[in-house]
Amino acid sequence: MEKFTKIISKAIPLAIENIDTDQIIPARFLKATDKKGFGDNVFRDWRFDKNGNTISDFSLNNPSYSGSILIAGDNFGCGSSREHAAWALVGYGFKVIVSSFFADIFKGNALNNGLLPLQVSPSFLAILMKTVQENPDTNIEVDLENQIISLSDTNKYETFDIDPYKKTCMINGYDDIDYLLSKKEMIETFESQRK
Amino acid sequence: MSKTLFDKIWDQHVVDTIKEGPQVLYIDKHLIHEVTSPQAFNELKERSIPIFRPNQIIATADHNTPTINQHLPVKDKLSKNQLEQLSKNCSDNNITLYELGHKYNGIVHVMAPELGITQPGMTMVCGDSHTSTHGAFGAIAFGIGTSQVAQVFASQCLLLKKPKSLRVTVNGKLKKGVLPKDVILYIISKLGTNSGTGYFCEYAGNVFEEMSMEGRMTVCNMSIEMGARGGMIAPDETTFNYIKDREFAPKGADFAKKVAYWKTLPSDIDAVFDQEYIFDANDIGPMVTYGTNPGMGIKITETIPVENNSSFKKSLEYMNFEAGSSLINQPINYVFIGSCTNSRIEDFRVAANFIKGKQKAANVTAWLVPGSKQVETQIINEGLKEIFDNAGFELRQPGCSACLAMNDDKIPKGEYCVSTSNRNFEGRQGQGSRTILASPLVAAATAIEGKIIDITKHLN
Repeated sequence: MEKFTKIISKAIPLAIENIDTDQIIPARFLKATDKKGFGDNVFRDWRFDKNGNTISDFSLNNPSYSGSILIAGDNFGCGSSREHAAWALVGYGFKVIVSSFFADIFKGNALNNGLLPLQVSPSFLAILMKTVQENPDTNIEVDLENQIISLSDTNKYETFDIDPYKKTCMINGYDDIDYLLSKKEMIETFESQRK
Repeated sequence: MSKTLFDKIWDQHVVDTIKEGPQVLYIDKHLIHEVTSPQAFNELKERSIPIFRPNQIIATADHNTPTINQHLPVKDKLSKNQLEQLSKNCSDNNITLYELGHKYNGIVHVMAPELGITQPGMTMVCGDSHTSTHGAFGAIAFGIGTSQVAQVFASQCLLLKKPKSLRVTVNGKLKKGVLPKDVILYIISKLGTNSGTGYFCEYAGNVFEEMSMEGRMTVCNMSIEMGARGGMIAPDETTFNYIKDREFAPKGADFAKKVAYWKTLPSDIDAVFDQEYIFDANDIGPMVTYGTNPGMGIKITETIPVENNSSFKKSLEYMNFEAGSSLINQPINYVFIGSCTNSRIEDFRVAANFIKGKQKAANVTAWLVPGSKQVETQIINEGLKEIFDNAGFELRQPGCSACLAMNDDKIPKGEYCVSTSNRNFEGRQGQGSRTILASPLVAAATAIEGKIIDITKHLN
């Protein structure tokens, strides 16, 4: 997993609530047996119509928006547990998803792929959304070490929460398998005591 | 200290606790399928990590399988490859697989309970959000991502923070024509799609106590649609009777010993939940959804609410419905009875009971997709197939089918489908398709009438 400490980037606004993982990556693209290529089809049916033509008013298709931060409406990533959604977002180039609320399984999947699900207050989300919509060149800084998200060139910022264990994993690029394998003896003892 | 059903099972499975961090939770049963497992197998292979406990894993092929001509080679190349990968991964690692055509093949959440694999007090996971289904037996069961599938492969454990506890109580008498599906759609319509996030939900009250195991599975299945990682119902005689004598259920003295243990699991009377909701069964009616998430549901007799919110408007625009209007008499061309929510024998009995002696409307394409080979056989043996055939319904072969439309069972663009599945997301049943979630009874009635009707007026 790639290490994550701090990023400064422009952002893409996506002011829709309850974005489910079927929208992030539709089921018909889940036939692959590796993790590659999902980025091409992220938000497929919002980016393209059935004939493959670009839908110009969708924000990912708006040339004024760019960057590795996605600012999305409340309850992002609900629905299916498909980790393909996290692979698709990472594959497209996102490193941070900002929302006022994340669905449980998506949040875990994102963290396991070095994609930061950053939860802010509804009021700060509204500020971020409006600022980026009005001025797409605005830079946003995400400092994981200090748990601060800020709008560059202004004094607007907010601190955010992250599980301390997961934070260590993100900063160092560790994953849970490494940790669990280090506990193997303990797991075997647990098994033998249950019998 | 008093404990909830969830606490009792969770605490017994904690291997270790990281200070100020997650806990190492032991997993008893790991269910896998073709779509969310290949990358996990690859991960372990690349890192030269062996599968730790292959005999605690059960595999089935369900998401990406055709529901006609299952005896022929799978036509779609990518699907075929994915199914072959599953077979190879299972045989390379000594994992039991019920592949396409096997007498135990079926949707993972239908197959495991009917084989007696799912039992009270267990921890169970699967790379599928509807794993919450198994909570109907008083088990901790939840969906996981593929990275977590790899973690369980490697260690039979997961790193997790203990979720908060939530209890939804429904007491009273359900009205005629109100099915378990209506109960859960009603609950989600009241609580919304994220009220359960961060929680594990226990369903309590006489409504759930009086439900069959099939009904309890329907309810627990949709816990994830209100954001809860899992849902559970206290095990009781109904649970024990369902499990008894099934293929992998404990037998004889072992069974009696297990039952004695299972009886200790229900939440203590004075157990405290972090959040509680109480509903009156009498207020529940047959439900339909009108929008693009499962929380957007109304009683069939109600009108679509009026809300001034851009996401709400976007949703109604997609569905081509008007705020304030009724769905009664809405013409429908597609009906789907199936999915891990409603594809068990009881669901087909309900449908057959209504359909018997009637004819499907000419405009409707009606797909009936059993949840497993065993359900399919039962449908035939009980004479239900004959009823469906005579009425013009198409009984297909088991699989996830049009619930997520990964195979060829897709609803065309712009068409409405009254579906017994669990998600009405945009394009869920095919690009541009419009899903209306409902019970098997409402779905059957819609297929007969060719439009949505007020089912409450059609029951004797």
